Amino acid sequence: MSEALKFHFDVDGNDFTSAGHASVMVKKNLRQLGLPPEKIRQVSIAMYEGEINMVIHAGGGVADVSVTEDYVEIVLKDNGPGIKDIEQAMQEGFSTATENIRSLGFGAGMGLPNMKRYSDFMEIDSTVGVGTTITMRVNIN
Amino acid sequence: MTVSDLLKNENFSSVTLPDGDRVIKDVYIGDLLSWVMGRAKSDDAWITIMSNVNILAVASLADTACIILAEGVTVDESIKATAIDKEINIISTNLSIYEAAVILNGMI
Ligand SMILES: Nc1ncnc2c1ncn2[C@@H]1O[C@H](COP(=O)(O)OP(=O)(O)OP(=O)(O)O)[C@@H](O)[C@H]1O
Ligand SMILES: [Mg+2]
Repeated sequence: MSEALKFHFDVDGNDFTSAGHASVMVKKNLRQLGLPPEKIRQVSIAMYEGEINMVIHAGGGVADVSVTEDYVEIVLKDNGPGIKDIEQAMQEGFSTATENIRSLGFGAGMGLPNMKRYSDFMEIDSTVGVGTTITMRVNIN
Repeated sequence: MTVSDLLKNENFSSVTLPDGDRVIKDVYIGDLLSWVMGRAKSDDAWITIMSNVNILAVASLADTACIILAEGVTVDESIKATAIDKEINIISTNLSIYEAAVILNGMI
């Protein structure tokens, strides 16, 4: 496997019922590739939190996943409102989720901390009014 | 103990059971999805009162053994269909979360 294997997903920002679909698909594919279950779990959790954030906070976006010999890379890109204070957003418990969203079980302010915890590398590139791109990597070897 | 074994206790009934042989190793309790996502372990029975469709993706990706809906909480038919499709076991009980956890503790 010298060429990276790539997956692309459009993440619909209006559909809560299919939210998480891209992450579930990636999990399936990684299983078929025979990756270790613990690595698959790391990718699944990190990607799901990022995917849900795009749905809840940014009106959707795109997800690109590539699998190389050494790592799984997840790039989540949206044209949402951006994150004003990244350091604050990264704190456990910080959330701007509405009452409505909270009633669905979101808004604990644990998504970004989970992404950090379950990935080996994470970079947030965000500009207010332009959008957010988050890159995460989970090392395989 | 498997998920099917849990159903031998009269307090628990099956809502969906696509993978009854799945082994329950431990228990996690919570309704805030990101907490569950970050803290539940593989093969945990997840006890919750949250019943919207998003619990299915969480159970699938966190790789829990089953979802246990406590306090008599129900899910609608479309969620059942999706759960079967995604091979997610859903169990229901009229017990409180605490009572359900106590029984599980004695069975695991
Ligand atoms: N893609 C994004 N675009 C704009 N803002 C975002 C984005 N992702 C996160 N944020 C901001 O960062 C905050 C913290 O995100 P985090 O995922 O940690 O918590 P949450 O989504 O509010 O709740 P939880 O993830 O626990 O359900 C969000 O409330 C939101 O203000
Ligand atoms: Mg979040």
